[in-house]
Amino acid sequence: MYFNFFKTYSPVKSILLAGVLLLSITAEASAQTIPSVQLKNLTGSTIDTGAIENDGNPVVICFWATWCSPCKRELNNYMDYYADWQEETGVKIIAVSIDDTRSTNRVAPYVMSSGWDFEILLDPAGDFKRAMGVINAPHTFLYDGEGVLVWTHNSYAEGDEEELYEELLKLVE
Amino acid sequence: MNKSIATIALGCIGVFFSGMSLAQTSTDPAPGIVTGNVSILFQSYQEDSLIGAVVPASKSGFNAFSNINYTQGNFSAGFRYESYLNSVLGFPGRFKGSGLGYRYARWVDKDKGVDVTIGNFYEQFGSGIILRSYEARNLGLDNALDGFRIILTPFKPLKVKMLYGKQRLDFDSKLINGDGIIRGIDAELSLNELIPNYANAKLKITPTYSFVSRFQDGGNIIKDTLILELPQNVGAWDYGVTMQYEMWKFGVSRTEKINDPSADNGYIYKEGEALMYFLTGNIKDLSFLLQRSTTDNMSFRSDRDLLLFDAPINNIPTITKTHTYNLAATLYPYATVINGESSFRGELYYNLKRGSKLGGKYGTKMNLVFATSYSLDTTNFGREEGRPDLVYGYQRNSWGFGDSLNVQDISFEIERKFSKKFKAKAMYMNLQFNTLATPVTTDFKGIVYADIFVLETQIKTAKRQSLRTEFQALFTEQDKGDWATVVAEYTWSPHWFASVIDQYNFGNPDEAKRVHYIFGSAGYINGSHRLSLGYGKRREGIFCVGGVCRAVPASSGLEMTFTSNF
Repeated sequence: MYFNFFKTYSPVKSILLAGVLLLSITAEASAQTIPSVQLKNLTGSTIDTGAIENDGNPVVICFWATWCSPCKRELNNYMDYYADWQEETGVKIIAVSIDDTRSTNRVAPYVMSSGWDFEILLDPAGDFKRAMGVINAPHTFLYDGEGVLVWTHNSYAEGDEEELYEELLKLVE
Repeated sequence: MNKSIATIALGCIGVFFSGMSLAQTSTDPAPGIVTGNVSILFQSYQEDSLIGAVVPASKSGFNAFSNINYTQGNFSAGFRYESYLNSVLGFPGRFKGSGLGYRYARWVDKDKGVDVTIGNFYEQFGSGIILRSYEARNLGLDNALDGFRIILTPFKPLKVKMLYGKQRLDFDSKLINGDGIIRGIDAELSLNELIPNYANAKLKITPTYSFVSRFQDGGNIIKDTLILELPQNVGAWDYGVTMQYEMWKFGVSRTEKINDPSADNGYIYKEGEALMYFLTGNIKDLSFLLQRSTTDNMSFRSDRDLLLFDAPINNIPTITKTHTYNLAATLYPYATVINGESSFRGELYYNLKRGSKLGGKYGTKMNLVFATSYSLDTTNFGREEGRPDLVYGYQRNSWGFGDSLNVQDISFEIERKFSKKFKAKAMYMNLQFNTLATPVTTDFKGIVYADIFVLETQIKTAKRQSLRTEFQALFTEQDKGDWATVVAEYTWSPHWFASVIDQYNFGNPDEAKRVHYIFGSAGYINGSHRLSLGYGKRREGIFCVGGVCRAVPASSGLEMTFTSNF
């Protein structure tokens, strides 16, 4: 029935079509911002992701997990450049761990030993992951100073940080 | 008929939200936002008698889903459309057809502390030991709740979640819920917020309390000469506290559950209990995690007669590390023994600093993980009067370890960046794995003793290009004998990748089974869109999640995956 969607006419289908079209029209005018979910950080404070801001500077949100090798490669590489990026663009990187109960307690010791300066948020039930539509980690989102999504990248390969850096520079030009 | 209803509902949702967003454009500055994702997995199969791969009647498998969410200000709603045409090998074959597998609407008033969800939702209370509804879509696991959830923050230190619902069990062109009804309440109190001037204190103390109850029609069961009544309402509760001082954190929780005769526990009337505690912290550059837990008869499902992946209400976290290297992760993955286990985990992380004599220019990271799990310390009841052996089964003598080893996993990892162009990582793992506790193989029953060695290297070959390799070996006298795996992956950032993996069972006692499982794949990534194509042999294997394992048959053929996020 669904596969012959456009070949046959029925009032039901036209309602569906109208709904979907209207949905896309109204959505077109809007920009994606960070959805609001309550998460804990590593010192036990509750953070509302909808209230994330960085004084008008860009924000990068990276989804990662202690069991995800490419995620750790990505964030370790970002760490090599983080001080320079902050100086040039004022960026703040927020690393959201999607480790569930099995491994969420490993996050703090891993982060401490890795010397990461990023803000770390814990998403053990995957609420923020779902709100952001993330299927696989790593998944990286770049928001401009107004909190509007400007760039996104799924997976990580060595050198992807150069593309992120170029995108960051575009925001401060 | 059902499809028509779903279609009308879908259309109406769209029209309704769109109309609302248009109507509010002039007064409400919050614009409507549509977000979502798509995931498609296609596999076509070939026969391969060497590895035991057979071709299903449909010759191919197709699993797909798409989440569509609409958000406007405090309001959000959405659905997931799913297809299993037919489901890929390894998924439950009863997942069939296309339709809505998840739909919800949610309204949040942050100022008044009210958050209401109707329809489907995922929820976790505390560690999840009495309630965790979640999804692991790649494993076919989804126990979403379907009903109502209200989260209230009546005053800032207190957050209360209340829910009522049924739980997803199956999919046949539509969502099919399980038999039982789940009711739950969870409260979290921030003592810091409660006491004036302590809101920003470094020491944070948070007590928690949760209660979950399941209702399912009862009846009687007959055991020998006994006629026993099944409890219709089964309650479980969990209370605990976490204390945090900067990066030091301690948590303890105690769980109890009333008698719940089930297929998992052999229909005994023993009560369930659990005790868990952990400590994390750091001393200079050394950080650590210590964790201890004992769980006894804590299996909890919507339907007492179901097993394995079906309708679990809770999740008992697995003690071992989630390994990522192929041989360490896929041959002997440990899964919690849900009827009871006593376990311990200790992890140490140390960083030799950048620029130090031993640490080198970029620093060197090391970590040591020790995890072990034993059976419970119990005594079985005898055939005494009243038959406690049939009614209660056993009694637990202590929270300590029993005599039978389930698993012992020790691994050491060291990682170093040598130059801008070269980094390497090495791992050694010593494993003792009881295949009677976690039945991952039918070839061997008992303890597998294995040593695993891994060397991973990464070389930057040109600007934005790199070659990553893994050399892995597993040595054991038991089960299928020795294995080796080689992985090579070449990436052209930010768009292209190609990789090949060869798993070789070179030490199989049966020479005919010394097979190479080679699988090659290549793909293209553009922003949040990812397409990959693969071809080769996939080994018969075991997927384990939340204490249960699913066997995935051997297969050979083509695979395509596409994921996208918008």
